Amino acid sequence: MIETTSGMLILTAIIPMVTALLVMVSGKRPNIRESWSVVGAVLTFASVVNLAPAVLSGETLRCTYAQILPGVSVTLKLDGLGLLFAGTSSFLWILAAFYCVGYMRGLDEHAQTRFYVCYAAAVGAAMGAAFAGNLFTLYLFYEIVSVVTYPLVMHHQDGEGYEGGKKYIIYLFFTSKAFLLSGMVLVYFMAGTLEFGNGVMAGIFPAGTSGPLLVVSFLLFLFGFAKSGIMPFHNWLPSAMVAPTPVSALLHAVVVVKVGVFSIARVMLSVYGVNTLSGLGLGTFTAYFVSITIVCASVIALTKTNLKARLAYSTISQLSYIILGVALLNPLGVTGGLVHITNHAFSKITLFFCAGAIFVVSGKKDIREMGGLGRRMPWTMGAFALASLSMIGVPPVSGFVSKWYLALGTMEAHNWVLLTVLLASSLLNAGYFVPVVFQAFFGTPPPEDEGKTESLEKTPLVRFMVVPLVITATCSALFGLYPDLFFKIISVLDTGFFAGLTNVTAGL
Amino acid sequence: MDTYLIANTLGYPILSTLLLLPIIGGLVTLFLKGEKMLKAWGLVVTTATAVLSLPLFNAFDRGTALYQFAEVSHWFPFLDLNYVVGVDGISVLFVLLTTFIMPLSVLCSWTYIKDRHKEFICVLLLMESAMIGVFVSLNLVLFFIFWEAMLVPMYLLIAVWGGKRSDYASIKFFLYTLLGSVFLLVSIIILYVKCGTFFIPALMEVVFPFSFQVWIFLAFTLAFAIKVPMFPLHTWLPAAHVEAPVAGSVILASILLKMGGYGFLRFCLPIAPAASLYFMPWLIGLSLVSIVAGGYLALGQSDIKKLIAYSSVGHMGFVTLGIFLLSTGGIQGAMIQMINHGIVTGALFILVGIIYERTHSREIEDNKSLGMLMPAYVAYLVIFSLASFGFPGTNSFVGEFLVLVAVFTHSKVAGIFAILGAILAAAYMLRLVQKMVWADSDGHGHHDDGGDHGHALWDLNMREFLTLSFLLVFVFWIGFNPKPLMQVMDTSITHLMEQVEEGHHQLKESHHVAPGHDLAALVNGH
Repeated sequence: MIETTSGMLILTAIIPMVTALLVMVSGKRPNIRESWSVVGAVLTFASVVNLAPAVLSGETLRCTYAQILPGVSVTLKLDGLGLLFAGTSSFLWILAAFYCVGYMRGLDEHAQTRFYVCYAAAVGAAMGAAFAGNLFTLYLFYEIVSVVTYPLVMHHQDGEGYEGGKKYIIYLFFTSKAFLLSGMVLVYFMAGTLEFGNGVMAGIFPAGTSGPLLVVSFLLFLFGFAKSGIMPFHNWLPSAMVAPTPVSALLHAVVVVKVGVFSIARVMLSVYGVNTLSGLGLGTFTAYFVSITIVCASVIALTKTNLKARLAYSTISQLSYIILGVALLNPLGVTGGLVHITNHAFSKITLFFCAGAIFVVSGKKDIREMGGLGRRMPWTMGAFALASLSMIGVPPVSGFVSKWYLALGTMEAHNWVLLTVLLASSLLNAGYFVPVVFQAFFGTPPPEDEGKTESLEKTPLVRFMVVPLVITATCSALFGLYPDLFFKIISVLDTGFFAGLTNVTAGL
Repeated sequence: MDTYLIANTLGYPILSTLLLLPIIGGLVTLFLKGEKMLKAWGLVVTTATAVLSLPLFNAFDRGTALYQFAEVSHWFPFLDLNYVVGVDGISVLFVLLTTFIMPLSVLCSWTYIKDRHKEFICVLLLMESAMIGVFVSLNLVLFFIFWEAMLVPMYLLIAVWGGKRSDYASIKFFLYTLLGSVFLLVSIIILYVKCGTFFIPALMEVVFPFSFQVWIFLAFTLAFAIKVPMFPLHTWLPAAHVEAPVAGSVILASILLKMGGYGFLRFCLPIAPAASLYFMPWLIGLSLVSIVAGGYLALGQSDIKKLIAYSSVGHMGFVTLGIFLLSTGGIQGAMIQMINHGIVTGALFILVGIIYERTHSREIEDNKSLGMLMPAYVAYLVIFSLASFGFPGTNSFVGEFLVLVAVFTHSKVAGIFAILGAILAAAYMLRLVQKMVWADSDGHGHHDDGGDHGHALWDLNMREFLTLSFLLVFVFWIGFNPKPLMQVMDTSITHLMEQVEEGHHQLKESHHVAPGHDLAALVNGH
């Protein structure tokens, strides 16, 4: 692994922040304001792409910006894991930026400038988290994400909005103060540094570190990153669904929740390392623990008839797949888990985009009222169907790839319980997604819609929403067919650890 | 005496200048007329003092623990009552904090104070001299004179320019502090009788018998614990803060509370190291109680000023916790935390003053959902509130993190209580911000009365903006680059730790085993 210094790293986090400022300044002119957010999104993605070749050739870009205490600094570092997350989030932001225009104007929402400012700032903070080179930097950006997304959650500023926002902030700050801070202090106490290690094997702790303390601090991190939606600290996510749908789509299906999952993966791989975790049996424990979330969240999703609520519980369940994969601690499992960051992102954002588009054009939130909607919104519901297949894990859509690798990982670990969990959860996924699609295409329309056949996707504003969601759905399918790029990105994380992977895949 | 001091080589007596300039400035106010003239004069004198204090930072020798910029003048040599001033790495930061907070307290009372301008400026300037005097004195009598001299202007600030219950608050403040001072005076006299000197560095070198150390330690600790204030001696603080005018609150929070922490570091630890070690578990316990109780009480307040006052109890609990962990990291953390508290809590009180000038109420209920009406104000409120509960990247995080690492190294159980305090800090600040910026979940988000509760609301003016921006710079400067600050104090803290190490030997020789009471066992985690 080659280490190089690059001052360019901070640019990726700064572009969205500058975008936020420009949006704020041009708040009175909506067209300019929204173009800024599109331009910012494109530039952010471009800056990530610009850094990608170096990372893919095996370099780790790294730059320290401020030294705070010995071993505590603001350091940015880009490796495979960060690239995967940053690339996904920044690319989806471009599409979401267009979608926002359609949604926010379509509903004539209030305080749109505040919305765009916080939206851009949230993406910027997530970029910072993706590039974090040590625990402190990760914590810094993790907390900034919490702060700037609060105004988005309580956007409507009604009772429900405030209630959701309150829950959001209490869950996130309580867990981060109570668990994350203590965990960080314990790591600093044990290792004398907060810097991430290189590779995924060794971790940062010196030999002979007390086992019980390692276990306790690891559990603190597992619960501290509550953005990952692991039960029992998952309840903020369904409440956060009071936010406008673009927020639910980009932030509460991709950026925010993935910051949580990414952080846990990062801590597992770069702070504790595979050797330490498997030595203490923490990998297996984590895998079993998140299995509870996978199954329970899916069961709860079955009971929800509000489309966004159902999607929220589906997200909780799917996020735990990622942690499950990493917790398997073998190359196949980790690959399956990490590639699900991207795969789930593209599919889930499609689903949320669809839910939002349906709400804007028809005002419908409840699945039971969506009968026959597929005939009037064919593109939207088609994309929805495709993304649902990805969630269930049907080939050739991308979700299949993640689940395939996760399944291979559980088999490599010879753990039939976890394999059963994966299969059962796929059945449950089918159980709550198939009825939605079926209802949309073959169900009978509710009485007030009877006889209406004209398309709802004709107006230009609606196209702002439909085009992005068709693109994300198409990407979902493409990633299922050509997942090689992501495997390459993940494998540069630790070439030694993932060395066997290419052989295994070749053998299949 | 000279072995402890490094003479001032700046070409002018810097510490005496800092002491005398405000006093002279205060006397000149008696001959000035007109409100504008007086305020301008106050600003000029405090700013001049701040500028003149800058060499203390630049020319400070970071490689020695001796007292620098020292000046000696023999007043009554037969009594050992001399004018000796000098600063080391610990006190120099407090002198700078004082000189930089004072211009801001003049600025923040620009329109807040409506009457008796002459007296107000005069009192402020005298106060500044007394506070600088406390930090630079190296002679116990001199120290005590300044310590007492500080009491009167502060009493006047609360009593004359205070709110409705200012009589109650000012008397309570006066009595509590006076009670501490009595014990301080007694210990000073006993030390003199025993050693024949008032010179503080010399007293630090003397090895006192353990039983004597215990009494000296308790007397000093009582005085400083009231000042900090430490639970259960904190009740004067909320009263004083609520009634004090904005400048009074700022001075009280930013500087006066620091004198308790400074006293612990300057007197308790070096003069009675064995007793400090002996009482360490008790003081750690009390600090933890302060942290948790302060946070818990702050959570229930409906008055913004009271909320911040109780938050001070919690924050200063972190300071005393750091000090009495008696480890380098702990004391570093405590020092940074004191500077931070001066900056952040000062800013929060200025923010309360700003909103009080507009709505004439300090109740959270009357100052709700300001987000749309005062965006700049709200931006500052959010940033300083985040800084107050140790948001990463702000100054408080550095201090809190150092103290937390030290406390977890000492005992995991104590660490859990400290973390509980940190959670409470986040809870009450976020509750305050949520209500003031937006509104409660009871649906009062949108104003029906045109948005301003019938009061005229206007956003920050240039003066307020600059005052707050000045403090904001330090929030992030210390937050991202605390090194310059830590370099100033590190040598002195290392020296202090050597003195505390001596205490270990003294404790062993005195054949006193470590206290076996329940609290000690709990806090030590056995």
